[in-house]
Amino acid sequence: MRTGARSLAHIVNPLFRAPLLASLLLTLSVSAFAIAPETSSPAAPELPPAQDFVAKDRPGDSGNSILLTWKDPAGLPAEAKLQIRRAEPPAYEWSEIQTVKQGVGRYVDSSARDRAVYRYEIRVVSDATPDSAGIAGAVSAPLLSDPVTSKDNWFRAERSNSLIASILFIGIILGSIRYAQSGRKIFIRRIAGLNAVDEAIGRATEIGKKVFYIPGIQSMDDIQTIASIAILGHVARATARYGTDLDVPNKDPLTFVSAREAVKAAYLSEGRPDLFREDMVNYVTYDQFAYTAAVSARMIREKPAAIFLIGYFFAESLILAETGQSTGAIQIAGQADPTQLPFFVATCDYTLIGEELYAASAYLSREPVLMGSTRGQDIAKGILLLLGIVGVVLASFGNTWIADHLKTQ
Amino acid sequence: MNLEFGRVALVVLFGILPIIGIAMGLRAPSLRSRIPIFIGIFAGFIPIVALYVPKAFLSGETGMSSRLDLWLIILAAFALLLGIVNVVQNSSRKIGRREKGWPYAVVLLTGLAVTGSFGIYGAVTGHGIGFMPDGSSTPFKWVEDRFFQPLQSTIFSLLAFFMASASFRAFRARNAEASILLVAAGLVMMGRVPLLEFLAAPIPPLHAAAASASQFLGKLTEWIMDTPNGAAQSGIIIGAALGAASMAIRVILGIERGYLGLGKGE
Repeated sequence: MRTGARSLAHIVNPLFRAPLLASLLLTLSVSAFAIAPETSSPAAPELPPAQDFVAKDRPGDSGNSILLTWKDPAGLPAEAKLQIRRAEPPAYEWSEIQTVKQGVGRYVDSSARDRAVYRYEIRVVSDATPDSAGIAGAVSAPLLSDPVTSKDNWFRAERSNSLIASILFIGIILGSIRYAQSGRKIFIRRIAGLNAVDEAIGRATEIGKKVFYIPGIQSMDDIQTIASIAILGHVARATARYGTDLDVPNKDPLTFVSAREAVKAAYLSEGRPDLFREDMVNYVTYDQFAYTAAVSARMIREKPAAIFLIGYFFAESLILAETGQSTGAIQIAGQADPTQLPFFVATCDYTLIGEELYAASAYLSREPVLMGSTRGQDIAKGILLLLGIVGVVLASFGNTWIADHLKTQ
Repeated sequence: MNLEFGRVALVVLFGILPIIGIAMGLRAPSLRSRIPIFIGIFAGFIPIVALYVPKAFLSGETGMSSRLDLWLIILAAFALLLGIVNVVQNSSRKIGRREKGWPYAVVLLTGLAVTGSFGIYGAVTGHGIGFMPDGSSTPFKWVEDRFFQPLQSTIFSLLAFFMASASFRAFRARNAEASILLVAAGLVMMGRVPLLEFLAAPIPPLHAAAASASQFLGKLTEWIMDTPNGAAQSGIIIGAALGAASMAIRVILGIERGYLGLGKGE
């Protein structure tokens, strides 16, 4: 640039240099004034800031999160968004943590750390709106939050309804157990499938064939498997009493270990440890269909007299039950999940449907404590039924109070 | 050493206390049988309390409840080892005694040994059980793709035949209930099977506005599945949920001991 100016000075005669510069300056200033109204942008419409911006520890959580709430200002351009920024220790420099659309109104910052003090700000940004300098990307004035820290909490208030219902339910169950322990008679309706347990084992004893007990394919973290192992205990007691052979093939390793302990304990308690063999409760494989193939093949080869299919089953339910049906064995199935129930109903002689599976332990043992809990369960069901009917009637008249208060989070 | 409260509490509840219990149980057998009940009580209470108390030591990412789930996986791994030992013992005995079906036990043990050794080979060489660096299958993957998967599909495909035979037995109109079942099943099948839907096309649609989207049978099928079937399923689900909750309370309070093989008074 300087080289260019110097070369111009060499070319132009010094006599003409002053008038030339003056005319050049005049031309430039005139042209500048002439252009100015056309090129300068109109005054940028200021973006309104967000309102009621609050940052607080998210209630009812395990910590490490801050809840931010705000209200969108009126009159925002359609494409405007809200940018949330955070200043954190030790430098307290602002950094963007999220940009959200309008209408959201809340954001949970899950990257916060407990006990650190943060400040948040929210500002409206719009790529399409020009700022005061005429450059696209206007930003509103920021709205600052008070300093805030995250901490873990002692109670999830949104689950209060569930807690109250659980306490009531436990109270009803314990009250019913106390009622049963007082010696008063408790009625449990006849459950055909459970009445047939002894009949099935008796038949196996008569014809000298095995009893197959299949405890589902789920692990011990499933309540249906626990219920199934409880029923297996009763079946094992009966087979120990009658001296009938029992075969319990397992798919899940934890269920296998639990089933073996339950059967061993049952044989011990019946005073027949000599009849217990380690291979009575055996492990097959962890794969669903390999297990199904192995158990089906054993059913066909060994032709058991009675087959119990009690626990949690999936697609293998029908394959196992149909194979068992083809061997002519008495089949008793039990499952609480309605998806596989139709298959069992279609193929088995008796099916424990839903809650009957959980009542089986009480029904078979006739232990007052267990019978009492079954009565409590029925009382709770009655209350729920009543609530359901009242809720439906109220909702039909536009009152959703019951429905709203029964929602869980 | 990380001495978080949750971690220490779990070790005390599920490690130290049971060991002390077992040691004391050597003199008092009745105590020994109670140890699993106590473990059941603790293991049951922790997730329930964690549902309502969000304190980090209890229900945080590394809290007691989450750790308990991890412990279950570790326990399952040990139990799987017991299972494999059981398979080997039972199959060996069957072969040794030439029991009925012993050749199948030979196939089982051969499969276990071959697949297991391929898995160990993959672990030792660092190739794993998926693909080799050049994109070809590892021996384990080769066995899985060429033997295991086809066999698995074969067993699963049997379901179609069993479904037909079970339906035939279930839908025989022996009484009023079975007849209702037969009619409902027939209608649902007609609505769900594309060929029957096609054949039923001349029947006018249930709702004129939905004529292009769904035909009469399709709508009827939806109604049967959602309304009477849905209502019955809801009844079963509510009953089962209460039964499960009741069972869980019995287990947690140590009332239900059948799953431990213990009966009345034990």
